[in-house]
Amino acid sequence: MAIEIPQSFWLYFIFFALLLVDGLWCMLATRNLVRILIGVEILMKSVTFLLIVAGYFSGRMALAQALVITVIVIEVVVVVVVAGVILGLFREHDSLDVENTREMKG
Amino acid sequence: MSLMTTLLVVLVLSALWASMTTPLLRAALALALTSAMLAVVMFSLGATLAAVIELSVCAGLISVVFVSVISLTQRRPFKEYLARRRARLRRLWPLPVVLLALGIGLSFVRAPVQIALPLPATDGDVRTVLWNLRQLDLFGQILILLAGVFGVLVLFKKEAKDGD
Repeated sequence: MAIEIPQSFWLYFIFFALLLVDGLWCMLATRNLVRILIGVEILMKSVTFLLIVAGYFSGRMALAQALVITVIVIEVVVVVVVAGVILGLFREHDSLDVENTREMKG
Repeated sequence: MSLMTTLLVVLVLSALWASMTTPLLRAALALALTSAMLAVVMFSLGATLAAVIELSVCAGLISVVFVSVISLTQRRPFKEYLARRRARLRRLWPLPVVLLALGIGLSFVRAPVQIALPLPATDGDVRTVLWNLRQLDLFGQILILLAGVFGVLVLFKKEAKDGD
């Protein structure tokens, strides 16, 4: 079943693309672990935004909200666990530089 | 410029601020602002429940986690901070230009927007969808939360051993 999407969808898609590029750049242009986590968060925001926009235009907002709630739960767990790992690395190396993880044995 | 466009511009600007600012605490606050703006956009689009959760969890809880992590790390010497700031600005100055160019370029593209949906669009209450139709998602969420709790417990347990 094909449905015609209004042209205003493109406006939302442009802002999704901007958020995505912003998050990717934030991740790639730094070696600070906290800042990389902030980049991941911005990427998650862009995905959340696109899910809601897709639900809005397809008329399935309830399903989109259910998926967004799942995404938010995963986001929280990822942030909390990675924050714990970052603190552990900081206590070990006294630095937040991602290069320190290269020396690990695993 | 409509209200929605203004909200979306502020959303992208706050995300840009989060990725460009040098002090980590300010970046965490900018990320909280991004979450709050996303919640406003979601509310405007009719996703009220998801907006409330985004505001309380992402703008609230995650910001607290970020601020806690930042406060548990040490402050850098001022000279090193300035040098890092200069290096960061060298790496990040093209980002606003790229975003502006991308936004302007994409706004001139008129893509034929037609998508195929596998099912007819039927929508009910979000609680019905969440509790009746997406039960497997709920089990997955519970498992992920448990995994997160165990992960944090293991990390803190190791820390306690180190302290002994």
